[in-house]
Amino acid sequence: MATDHSRITARFMISPAVFLLLGWMIVPLSMTIYFSFLNYNLLSPGLEEWIGLTNYEFFLTDPAFFEALANTLQLVLGVLFLTVCGGVGLAVLLDQPMWGQGIVRILVIAPFFIMPTVSALVWKNMFMNPVNGLFAHLAKGLGLEAFDFFGQAPLLSITFIVAWQWLPFATLIFLTALQSLDKEQIEAAKMDGARKFNRFYHIVLPHLSRAITVVILILTIFLLSIFAEILVTTNGGPGYASTNITYLVYAQSLLQFDVGGGSAGGIVAVVLANIVAVFLMRMIGKNLEN
Amino acid sequence: MAQKKIPYQKIAVTAFAWAVGMAIFFPILWTFLTGFKTEAVAIASPPVFFNFEWTLENYDAVFERADYFRFFMNSVIISVGSTVLGLLIAIPAAWAMAFVPGKQTKNILMWMLSTKMLPPVGVLVPIYLLFRDFGMLDTRFGLLFVLTLINLPIIVWMLYTYFREIPVEILEAARMDGAPLLNEVVHILTPMALPGIASTLLLNIILAWNEAFWTINLTTVDAAPLTAFIASFSSPEGLFYAKLSAASTMAIAPILIMGWFCQKQLVRGLTFGAVK
Repeated sequence: MATDHSRITARFMISPAVFLLLGWMIVPLSMTIYFSFLNYNLLSPGLEEWIGLTNYEFFLTDPAFFEALANTLQLVLGVLFLTVCGGVGLAVLLDQPMWGQGIVRILVIAPFFIMPTVSALVWKNMFMNPVNGLFAHLAKGLGLEAFDFFGQAPLLSITFIVAWQWLPFATLIFLTALQSLDKEQIEAAKMDGARKFNRFYHIVLPHLSRAITVVILILTIFLLSIFAEILVTTNGGPGYASTNITYLVYAQSLLQFDVGGGSAGGIVAVVLANIVAVFLMRMIGKNLEN
Repeated sequence: MAQKKIPYQKIAVTAFAWAVGMAIFFPILWTFLTGFKTEAVAIASPPVFFNFEWTLENYDAVFERADYFRFFMNSVIISVGSTVLGLLIAIPAAWAMAFVPGKQTKNILMWMLSTKMLPPVGVLVPIYLLFRDFGMLDTRFGLLFVLTLINLPIIVWMLYTYFREIPVEILEAARMDGAPLLNEVVHILTPMALPGIASTLLLNIILAWNEAFWTINLTTVDAAPLTAFIASFSSPEGLFYAKLSAASTMAIAPILIMGWFCQKQLVRGLTFGAVK
């Protein structure tokens, strides 16, 4: 009896969260889908008409889309490569006995708490600026020519900034995973005369594989939506050189007021993110059962 | 025999780790220092590290932009408000799922999480138009609403993982004594869950404080928080390094300090329990 009673109460307690999220998901998303079939521009209101798949046709055959897709992939893969490799290295380093471990840890995780607009602007102006940036001073000091980061390699520069922001996240997760590693196993391997590299390759790395997968999946979700860093550094330029899908959709809908085209792009972004989300959800779901 | 070996390896590891840590932290330190320089010193070549005359003129200049305080208050209201609102909605839900799990509990949890994976551009256009039509563009209420919803899944998940660690026996004992459900929540569960709730609160304030997609796209002047304020430095004011640094330092300092306190919860909150 008590359980029946509490089950009904439980339902009551869950429903506000469920309905809010349901509304948040279904209402705007179905509107996006609907808009994507319309010829709808904010500059010519009242002229909306059904045009079927034309928006998708335009968006998907637009050279800007392919450039943005390639940029998105390059940005995501570049940041993943830097954060996963750097993160594993840092985690293994921080796991060694040392003095002041807590302080080093605090220094390493700090970038994660910096708001995206601050880190992007600080890196762009104070470090990567070809005239007054620290890197330019450094190059001059070495007798080299200063490198124009955002002029010559805008996407790489953004990749680097974003990697700096997310490195702490990867490091922390790998460190957490490392600490659950059975230390006796390492000792036993040491006794057997296993070399350092072999210990890392055959014991540490397999132990981290799960954490690495989780980091890759979660980061991919976040990285597909990189926006502020691009907005404040390059505005997607020069040309489309640093435009990703998120920025392209933003530009199309809020700068060119093309609601229909922007919506079609939004749906394409949703589909892309879902491909990753399916794998992530499966992993989390498995973990929930244990 | 009792002679102690000099721990060469530990010394080397320590030196190396400190060097790496300082390198990663350096941009933040540099920003902090530059905020106290004059504009001329800030771009001096070769760069000056510590031996310059410290000045507060940049902080004065930032404060003199009369609206700085409004940006700051917007950040505080939006991040704290959306987190508290989210907690109010999420605590009952997480409680129910942790202690009265049904057949659908797992599915509901997973579905909630999946909403978090919806890329924001997928709903940017309708949200923008709805906000425009309902007069919610550039209002604190509008942002509060959006940020509550985007962080709700994380809040529910974090609370759920904390609540599950509370022993059910205690609740059963209270039930035997005939304590009504509300009492159960208020007097027994809440005190035990308080540490979990506190860290959920902290982490979500950080996430909301740094959120830079909706805060930039849905505000212009009145409701714009610090993320948007800093974005206004993108050009040409960004070339005033000292002022950019002072403004940045003020925007990141409170959250940086807060973040250092809840670094453990970070892993939990952002991996949804997939790494323990």
